[in-house]
Parts: sequence; structure tokens; C-alpha cells
Amino acid sequence: MVRYGVRIGGFGGQGIVTMAVVIGEASALFDKKYVVQTQSYGPEARGGASKSEIVISDEEVDYPKVLAPDVFVVMSRAAYLEYVHGLKENGILIIDSDLVKVETELPKGVKVYSIPATRIADQEVRSKQTANVVMMGAFAAITKAVSIEGLRHQMEERWPKFVKINHLALDLGIKAGEKALEAPS
Amino acid sequence: MPERTMFTMGDIACAEGALSAGCRYFGGYPITPATEIAEWMAVRMPELSGAYVQYEDEIASITSVIGASWAGIKAMTATSGPGASLMMEAVGLAVMTETPIVIVNIMRGGPSTGQPTRGQQGDVLQAKWGSHGDYQIIALTPASVQEMFDLTVRAFNLSEKYRVPVFLLADEIVGHMREALVIPDEKSLKLVSRKMPKSEPSEYLPFKPDDDLVPPMALLGTKYQFYATGLTHDERGYPTDSDEVQIELVTRLNEKILRHIDEITEVERYFLDDAEIAIVAYGTPARSARRAVKDARAKGIKAGMLRLKTVWPFPEEPIAQLASDVKHIIVPEQNMGQVYYMVRAFAAPTPVHLMTKPAGTPQLPDEILRKIMEVHAK
Amino acid sequence: MTATAEQVTLKHPMAKYIREDRMPWIYCPGCSIGIVTGMITRAIDTLGIDFSKVVVVSGIGCSGRTSGYFKTGTFHTTHGRAIPFATGVKIANPDLELLVVAGDGDLAAIGGNHLIHACRRNIDMTVVCINNFNYGMTGGQFGPTTEHEKWTQTSPAPIGNIEHPFNLVKLAASSGATFVARWTAVQVRRATKSIEKGITKQGLSFIEIVGACPTAYGRMNRLGEGVDMHKHLLEVTDIQNGLPPHEAELDYARRIVCGEFVDIEKPEYTDVLKQMHAKVRK
Repeated sequence: MVRYGVRIGGFGGQGIVTMAVVIGEASALFDKKYVVQTQSYGPEARGGASKSEIVISDEEVDYPKVLAPDVFVVMSRAAYLEYVHGLKENGILIIDSDLVKVETELPKGVKVYSIPATRIADQEVRSKQTANVVMMGAFAAITKAVSIEGLRHQMEERWPKFVKINHLALDLGIKAGEKALEAPS
Repeated sequence: MPERTMFTMGDIACAEGALSAGCRYFGGYPITPATEIAEWMAVRMPELSGAYVQYEDEIASITSVIGASWAGIKAMTATSGPGASLMMEAVGLAVMTETPIVIVNIMRGGPSTGQPTRGQQGDVLQAKWGSHGDYQIIALTPASVQEMFDLTVRAFNLSEKYRVPVFLLADEIVGHMREALVIPDEKSLKLVSRKMPKSEPSEYLPFKPDDDLVPPMALLGTKYQFYATGLTHDERGYPTDSDEVQIELVTRLNEKILRHIDEITEVERYFLDDAEIAIVAYGTPARSARRAVKDARAKGIKAGMLRLKTVWPFPEEPIAQLASDVKHIIVPEQNMGQVYYMVRAFAAPTPVHLMTKPAGTPQLPDEILRKIMEVHAK
Repeated sequence: MTATAEQVTLKHPMAKYIREDRMPWIYCPGCSIGIVTGMITRAIDTLGIDFSKVVVVSGIGCSGRTSGYFKTGTFHTTHGRAIPFATGVKIANPDLELLVVAGDGDLAAIGGNHLIHACRRNIDMTVVCINNFNYGMTGGQFGPTTEHEKWTQTSPAPIGNIEHPFNLVKLAASSGATFVARWTAVQVRRATKSIEKGITKQGLSFIEIVGACPTAYGRMNRLGEGVDMHKHLLEVTDIQNGLPPHEAELDYARRIVCGEFVDIEKPEYTDVLKQMHAKVRK
């Protein structure tokens, strides 16, 4: 894989950075890719627009931040407006469809995938906190940029007490991602 | 502990490097973007029976680190610009009393409070000239998470060997980004400890150097009694107003570093063998430059890079050699030009082109590429 | 005197603790610092502790020079930083006995923040503060203990000092020190006893010794020679052991309340650290 840039946005408290770290861990430690994960910090600990980025590559990563994302995963309107710029032509936009609407003009050929991650987490997993895990599953299914086994493995390491619920959330996310792949909006 | 791999932050890699180097005392004060080092130390130190001590300010933090070092414990502190400014007083004390300590500065935007969460390379000259008087220190500049570990280990080794404060100067991006980190088997790490005196306590002269200009260091609370002071002192450690002693002492404090410059200096050569245009960079801008060099080569321009892993003592010889090999040197820095002036001093008459960017986002690969093309067209 | 007597070199009984090769020292005639140095050596001598395990740390100024005269591991830090240095030493090697000797300006002005936080942490060390009401080494400027309207080089006549002084006993006590005492330089035996208690105490001990600076402060405020100033200290001392620290007034002209005001038990920093380590290892 040549340099692949992932940008993830949301509001503080949604687990945006955690999501990027788990994807980064899976990709670096399990898939054995070269990976750099970075994040933007604001003074707010909760709320505000939060952003995290991952560069995945088969060769050593030089510039550590995402220059133009191949994929933008976004879970809040503020983050959408703040960080949607620069998305590559023919890139991928994954939105939490209950929280984000595509309200700007997108570059040519961008495919939009709507994943109601927060709703799935709330209603099907019965834990709103797992919205980021649902989104991770969808991200993996849609982009194939990270292995699902890798994600599972890292989540087990990181949250050994919540293996069952996280696997459920991940599986539902994968399912939602596969469904969206069949019919991009 | 056997080799292990983590996916972690530069700050944490630095803390792990320190622990692997044998650091068992951390005196600090929370400050963005170096706080993660303190937080990691607060967890890890008790596991290793070491101490994480949080002080009332950065002055106390670094001074306590000097104290811990004199009690025989490898010790460090970590901070960022505003804290580094406060620490400058004690940097001089550590230089004058020849105390091995490590100071990590995760550089953020300045002046003053600046941009706490955004990186910069604005403290490079401060590390060398921030305290008053004439002295030499050592400063290392990592550009990756792995180097945050490796160079922290090296910082301890150099500080112990030369009895000098060593800075680890990392910009915020290097401090905060996560990459894979391989922590080597502890048995495979080469660790250096300070020389201890071998003489009889009654004959011990605490500041009488050996041939390498470094005096053996006795510890507090041992059979060796001594007086260490920030005042100009003779070999006994006794204060004096003598010109002769002052000249001898200051000269030795400088010379003990400069005489070993080749051993201390570390640079990485990238595509330099046939280069006509060379980038000189360190930290995150060097990562942009690596990409720019590749892209320039793809366009048929003979570009290369000399990456500095040590900035102090300044790698005079590698720069002078580079200048005689290439037609142009470009220095991209996340500041208004700091290392640039040193490069210019040793590269003359080869033209040196400065790219300034006193901001959180360093020079992007394309920006450096454009500069290479512009210089190439000259 | 008999002509047959052998030449006898009289040695000061405390000379074994002192770097005799550094004599004569820098202090002015009539200064109290020598007396305090004597108190410390006598306290060590009485306690019979291994002097090589005692570390003496000082800051800057006249009293900052004291560390250099003790024949053990000694360190002369920058201005105000004796306490943080000593804290680092103590935590790195809790077996050592830490003694900080410093002046009022060093401890309460530039090092004031370190003093109160060390008291709060209750780290085991003995802080001996020689209070001479001014910055002596720089020629006598007002400091954090200079009384209102007193004259110094930077608070000259006719106005005098427009500020008000700290009461160091109250400061140390309210910051959490577990042993707090005040004496003047003329209560040598009592002060030495308090220094002994301070050294023995597991925690931060703060002992203020009110002294004389005849060369600067005394001269500018017409307080007489060293002997006159020490006589005055004897006259105005009011010994009130056990008085609540907030009543330990210091009015130089009229009444200097002396005594031991705080002697309480509180967990000591390095002890707690050791317990925490044991907890983590479990």
C-alpha cells in the first residue's frame, strides 16, 4: 500500500482519538505496516471539534500528518465543516448519518457511505460509548485499510473486560459497512 | 525485560527510553506538550521503585534533579518552552558543578505562552545559550518515536560520560505522534555510568579532571567529603576570584565537550553522494525534507539531506564537508532561523537558503520541493 | 607562663567538622553566622551521627556560604534553591540527613515558594534560617523580613521600608512544617537543642535563628556593633515554649518571642513514597 491517509473527526468525548489509535495499533503491530497517528489538540477536553489522523504505508512514513485524506470518517457536524477540506478526488467519506449531513460540495468522485453508528451503538449494542467501535468496523469493511483480525486483537488487548460488547459493536459496524458498500449514497 | 513492541507516543517513548537508561528519578511540573512524559513516569516509576516527584515549578524540578544526580541516581526532567526558560538558571548550575542530568524540551510555539498544543523549533538556540556565561551542553534532536527512545538513552549516556546537562529537543509533532516503538532487550542496551573516584578520600580533589577533562564524581553521603558550588572553584571545589582559575575552569568546561565533538555528533546522510543541493534539517521538517528529496530526484534534480541528530555541540565538520560537496544548502526550520546561522557560519562560501516557518505545521514536502526547484533554477 | 612548656596548639572542639583549610572565613566581626555554624556542629556532635551521612546545602548570600565550611558532602546551590536540591538528594537517598542553612532573603523571598511547598510535603530535612533582616552580602538591602520603616540601601531614610515583613515561624507552621522553633543567636544551648530535635524529627523542621548583621543592617539602623546587637537580642527575647505559632510575634525593638512552637507527627514524604512502592509491588 502506498501512503494512505485517514482523517477522523468528531466532537471531544466520542472516542475519536481512541479510534485512530486502535486502527493505528492494529495496522502497525498486527498488519505490520508503517503507521503514524497524530491528533489535533484544542483547549477543550469535551465538545469542540476533535481530529485524529493516521498515515498507513508499506514504506517508512516521511511527513507524519495527512496531506490530503484518502478517507474522512466524521461523526459530528462541526468536525465535518472544519475538516472536510482537502479530501482527495475519488476519496471516501464515511459519515455518522444521524449526526452529519453532506452540506458542502465534495471533490469529484467522492463516495459517501452513511453509517448510523451512534444509533447502532445505542439501540443494538445498547451502549452509546461503542459508537466509535461500530464506526471502526464500518471503516474496515469499506476501506480494507486495516485488518478486522487486527482490530479485534487490539481491542481485546486494550479492553479485556469488554471483549463481548466490543466484538458485537465491531460486527454490527462491519455489517453496516458491507451494506453501505452495496449501496453508497 | 526482553524486547517488546508498542504503538505509542513520542513522549512515552522518551519516558521508556529514560527508564531503560536507568533513570529512577523524575522531577517535573505539568506542561503541554510534555505532560505525557510526566504522566507516564508517575505510573512507571513506582513500579521500578523510582520516584516521580511533582514540584511547585520548573526551577525546583530541575534543581531537585541535580540533587538526585549527586545522590547517585540517574535523573531527568521534561518540560516545554515556558518551563525551559525557568530552568535556565539551573542549567548553568549543572554545567558549573558538572552534574549529569537530562532535560527534555518538547518544543511548542513561542514566545511566551505561545501555542501550547502546537509545535515549533524555537528553543534550539536557548538550549545552548539560555543560561548566562560561556559553556557547552549537548542537545539531541529526534525525528521519530523510535528516536525519542534511542536518543533519550543516548542523552543519559552522554550526560554521564561527560558530566554535562544533555537536552533532548523534540518538536511537539514528534512528542505527540504515535508510531511503532521497539524497546530492545535491556541486556542489549549499552549504558554508561559516570566515573567514580578511585583515590583515597583524603586525597580526593572533586574537580581535578582526568586526561579526558572529566573529573571523577563522588556522591553525597559517602566517605568522600567535598564542596560543590556554582561559584568559580579550583580543583578542591573552593571558590576563588582568580582570573587564572576562572579561565582554566571555563576553558575546560567547554573543551571537555568540544574535544569529543566527533564522538558526540551524529548525523544521517540521505542521498548525498552525488547531491548538488542539500537540505540540512532536524526533527519533523527533516521528515518533510526526506519526501521532498525523493520527489526532486524523481524530477532529475540531485538533491540530498543531512539530518542532524545532534545540534549541540554544533556538527561543524560535517557541515563544512557538506558545503564543499554541494552547490547549495537549504535549511528548513520550524522557527525564524536558528540552526541556519550556525550552518551559514561553517558552510561559507556555499550559499545557504533559509526556509522559516514559526508555526505548528512544519514546511510541507511540496514547499521544500518548490524551494529545491527554485534553487536548482539559479 | 613557664618557659619549659611545650608549644600547645589549641584546637576548637568542633574543628573536626569544619574545613580548617578554608579558615579564616568570610564573615564580618560581630556576625551571627559563625555562632549558628557552631550550634549545628554541636548538635551533630551530641547526636553522635555519622557526619559523612550528613549533607549540608545552602543557597546564596552570607549564610549561603556556610555549606562550604562543613567537612562533609556539601553543595552550594543557586539563590533560593537549597530546598529543592536537598529534596532531590533526600528522595534519591533517604538514608542521608539533610541540613539546609540559608538566610531570610534566600528562603523567604526568592526561595519562598520552595520553602512553603517543602513544608507542605513534609520531607525530612532540617532548615536552619539565619534571619538578619536584610540582604547582607550585597551590602544591605531590604528583604522579606525587614520590618516596616527600617532603613536599608534600597529603603533609605527618611522613608524607610514601605513593606511589611513575613513572620517566618507563622509561615512555616501554617505551611505544614512538623517542627518549628525560633531562637536568637544568643540562646546557643536552647537553639542547639532545637537543631538536635529538628535533625531527629522525621519531617520538615524549620528553625529560625534571629541574628545580627552589624555591618549592614545594624549600621544603617544605628543598632550598634555586633556585641550591642547581640546584647539587645538577649534583652528582648521572650521565651514562650509551646505557644501557638500564630502568637509567636517578632518585634525587633521590643519583643522577640522564642521557643519551640510546633512539634507534631505527620507522615513523612520519603516514608510514604516507600510505602507506596511496596503497595505497587504487591
